[in-house]
Formats: sequence, structure tokens, C-alpha cells
Amino acid sequence: MQFFFEVLIGGLLSGIMYSLVALGFVLIFKASGVLNFAQGAMVYFAALSVVGCMEKGAPLWLALILAFAIMTLLGIATEKFVLRKMVNQTPIALFMATIGLSFFIEGLAPMLWGNEVRPLDIGIVDEPIPYILDSYNMVVSSFDLFAAGVAVALVAGLALFFQYTRVGRALRAVADDHQAALSIGIPLQHIWALVWAVAGFVALVAGMLWGSRNGVQYALTFTALKALPVLILGGFTSVPGAIVGGLIIGASEKLAEIYIPPVLAEVFGGNFGGIENWFPYVLALLFLLVRPEGLFGERHIDRV
Amino acid sequence: MARQIGDVILDLKNISLRFGGVKALTDISFDVREHEIRAIIGPNGAGKSSMLNVINGVYRPQEGEIIFRGEHRRNMDTHAAAEAGFARTFQNIALFKGMTVLDNLMAGRNLKMKSNFLQHALWWGPAKREELAHRRKVEEVIDFLDIEHIRKTPVGRLPYGLQKRVELARALAAEPQILLLDEPMAGMNVEEKQDMCRFILDVNDQLGTTIVLIEHDMGVVMDISDRVVVLDYGKKIGDGVPDDVKNNPEVIAAYLGTQH
Ligand SMILES: Nc1ncnc2c1ncn2[C@@H]1O[C@H](COP(=O)(O)OP(=O)(O)OP(=O)(O)O)[C@@H](O)[C@H]1O
Ligand SMILES: [Mg+2]
Repeated sequence: MQFFFEVLIGGLLSGIMYSLVALGFVLIFKASGVLNFAQGAMVYFAALSVVGCMEKGAPLWLALILAFAIMTLLGIATEKFVLRKMVNQTPIALFMATIGLSFFIEGLAPMLWGNEVRPLDIGIVDEPIPYILDSYNMVVSSFDLFAAGVAVALVAGLALFFQYTRVGRALRAVADDHQAALSIGIPLQHIWALVWAVAGFVALVAGMLWGSRNGVQYALTFTALKALPVLILGGFTSVPGAIVGGLIIGASEKLAEIYIPPVLAEVFGGNFGGIENWFPYVLALLFLLVRPEGLFGERHIDRV
Repeated sequence: MARQIGDVILDLKNISLRFGGVKALTDISFDVREHEIRAIIGPNGAGKSSMLNVINGVYRPQEGEIIFRGEHRRNMDTHAAAEAGFARTFQNIALFKGMTVLDNLMAGRNLKMKSNFLQHALWWGPAKREELAHRRKVEEVIDFLDIEHIRKTPVGRLPYGLQKRVELARALAAEPQILLLDEPMAGMNVEEKQDMCRFILDVNDQLGTTIVLIEHDMGVVMDISDRVVVLDYGKKIGDGVPDDVKNNPEVIAAYLGTQH
């Protein structure tokens, strides 16, 4: 039982990192109806920018601020040079544009900062927390716990921002009804630029956590693929959905990895490792059959 | 009536609007005077909503000119229209369904808020004071339209008739000079219609707001409007005070022809 909880907690904590990436998708999708394929590339670019700035001699805090500035500029540029040109295009055309954007960013990032794999040290060690190890005999990584704390703080901060500020209210308004938002004079362009900047900030946080765990490298762009099952589970338009979806995916893939192979081996014989690599996608597919709008997504019924 | 109808403030000249081959509006001209209630009527598909959409810049007409308070424009854009003092409601309610009534109204005042983005993000002194001042203004509108009891309710949960009223409230929260109302009473029962009529008249009378309104219910239109424009197949077929319009043979034909 203890072991079960250890796996579960480890899974939940790593799931929060998926939530973070999914959150970036949800923000942009809600506000502009664009499924931003470039979110993974943004995570990579943000992490590289931090490392790059530190290599040029900036301390961590300064590198973070600079990277945030870079991501904000990227967001504004995306709105100005890509989205604004594509107003009123179909969602699929916008999606294609973000694929192009992701290639652009994946090319730009190593051009600016070089392409070798680099470690990123944010000063948090990845070791079992002694207290938990002693009292409960469970291995819970201090880094995972830190990452979870950061994610929770980020989500809470965003929630307050959306709920209580004028800009947050305008953002919610745009996400809710474009037509009405326009009629009360909310400039969609500003809001889109802002959302992309916020998504850039979320990418920065995700990039820091993923990068310091796995090294800053091109593979970070694939975090976007991990977010996909999370989005299908949680719904593309729901912030709580992204969080809960990430937790479910994280926990279930770790549990599946531990508990399913022995069963399969018993039945079929042979070796069934690596389940966690595909389990989330299968889970998402099954979920699509039952509840295509996701756990928290809005059910969309077309008027006829 | 106590209010004084003033000079022409909005003048639409030779507006034509096409969607591909569909001629939604053909060479339409009419004007709106300050403080009046101006109705646009006509059978389904006549181009009434398109006309409102041209006025506040949702659609750009291929031809024509819009003159608002002496300022000539080829077309509006929605932001400029909102800044100039236009506020509107839509035929298929366009509220922020996930937000509370209060938040919808506060959003309606978005353009009136001046403190900058950073101050707001940090909930800084001036921003906080400003928010409270706007809150007071919004509460006045809530009072005016009798919706105290639903202030904190998410709009999506309200019944249809109340949603229509909240949409009017959001438009009023912007303290508009001209209100554009697209079928504010459509789909309401008799009692709700009476309430809505009274609110529209009160807004016009007590706040002096100029109102352009689309409505199908002839009784209502003839009762509350000062002047009426009649559209049919995108063309103007009548314009004048209710009594004249009622007796205009072309108007009668248009309405009988489509079985209203
Ligand atoms: N966005 C659009 N794209 C294409 N055609 C449009 C568009 N909006 C309106 N039309 C067409 O323009 C014509 C006028 O439509 P409009 O909605 O203005 O009529 P209406 O008088 O408001 O009708 P109703 O009483 O049904 O609301 C119709 O033929 C309609 O199909
Ligand atoms: Mg209409």
C-alpha cells in the first residue's frame, strides 16, 4: 500500500508538469479559438533563452526577466505578423499557421542560443525528502514537490488576475463572446497579444521546470505532445480541466507502468515495459469515445 | 413628453452592402435625431440587422457614408463606434455567459476605465479607487433596470427574458449616447414585453439616450417610436412618423405579402 501511494504521489507531481504545458494551450484556445501547435516550441525557446542569458553572464533572476521579455515580444509579434493577417480564417488555417510558427521558433531558438544540450540549474536538488522518507518510508522528490508548488502558485496567480483585474475581465469577455466583446470596445488585438504573452510566461515556467529536470534540449518541444491527452481529458477550454487532466494522466501512466505489465506478462508471457509512453494516448482515445468534450469542456451543440 | 427632440446626430447616406451576390442593403439613407426613438421595421431578411451592423462597424458597406455629429466616415469600426458612444444589443443575445451580471456590466464600462494595465494587474491604489467608482455607476444601472436580485448570478443561468434585460443593462453601463437595440423584445411574453417597453421609454426619457431599435411587434413599434424606417429586400420603402408609415400602401403590401 505504501508503495502504491509512493507511485501515486510521484505520478501526481509529474502530472502537474503536464498541466503546466496544457495550461498554455488552454489560455490561447479560450481567448482566440486557436489550437497553438507552437506551445511546445515556446517551452523550448523560453528555456533556451534563460540558459543563453545565463551563459552570457546574467544571474538567474535577470535571465528570467530577460526571457520573459523575449517571450512577450514573441507574443506581440505573433499577433501582429501572423494572427492579425488571418482574422476570419477557418480554425484549420489558423492551426496550420501555428505549425509554421513552431518551425520558425524551432529554427530561431538554436540560431540565437546554439543547439547543444545544456543543463539548467535553478538550485533545487532532486532528492528524496528526508522527513517523508523517515516517517512514511516513501520516496518523494523534493524537486517534484517544488515544481508542484510553483505550478500551484502560477495557477492561483492567473486565477486572481483573471478574476479581479480589468484586463482579466476583458480577457474573460473575449474568451466568452468575440462579437459582444467587440461591441463594448474591447480591442481584440491587444487581448490576443496579451494572451500570447501570458502563454509565453506559462511556457517559461514549464521550460524552467522541464529543462532543469531533463536538460534544455530540442526534445522539450515534445512536451506539447504530452499535453494533448491532457487536453482531451480536461477539455480544451477549461483551466481546471488542464490541471485535473494533467494530474490524472500523470498518476495513471505511472500506476499503469507499475501494475499493468505483470498482468499482461501473466496472460501473454513476455516483457511489457514502457507502457507509460503510450498509456496516456490510449486513455485519451477511450475518453474521446465516452465524453468528447472532456471532463470540464463545454458541450457544443450547433443550432440548426 | 418632456424630452426635446434635437438635431440630426447620425446621418446615413446611400448605404449599400453586399455579401457576394446577396444585396443586403441597397442605397439606404436615413437620419437619427438626438433624443428620439427611431425604429427600423421590415419583414424577415429585409436587412434590419445588417443596418445596425453597419452603424456600429461590424459590417463595412461597399458604398455610402456615415456622418456622426458632423464627422464623416466611409465606415465605422467597432472600437471607434464604442468610443464615439454607441452601445448595442444583439438579436441572439451576445452576453458573456460564464460571467456574473455584475462582471458583464463592469466589462461594459471597459472603455471608461483609464488606469493602466500594470496598475490593474497589481491592484494598485488609483486602480482600486477607479474600480470602486465604476462599481457605483454599475449599481445605478442595476437599480434602474431592477436586477438587484441577480447581480451575482452567472448570466448563462438566467431565463431568456432576464438575459435580454441584462444585455440592455450592459449597454447602458457604457453610458452611451446612442443605443442600438436589435429586437429587444423578441421571444418575450406579454408581461416581459411591457417591462422592456417601459425600460426603453425610461432610458430615453430620463437619461436622454437616443435609441435606434428593430422590432417586429407592430403594436409596440407604433406605440413607442417617434419615427420609423421600413426596409424590404434591402430597400427603403417607407420613412416617417408611425401614422404615415401605417397608411403607406407599399408598407402594407410588403407586410401582407409576407403574411405577418
Ligand atoms: N454575415 C452575412 N453573410 C452573408 N449574408 C448575410 C450576412 N448577414 C446577413 N446576410 C444576408 O443579408 C440579408 C439581410 O439579413 P439581415 O439579418 O440584415 O435581415 P433582418 O432584417 O435582420 O432579418 P430578421 O428579421 O430575420 O432578423 C439576408 O438575406 C441575409 O441572409
Ligand atoms: Mg435581424
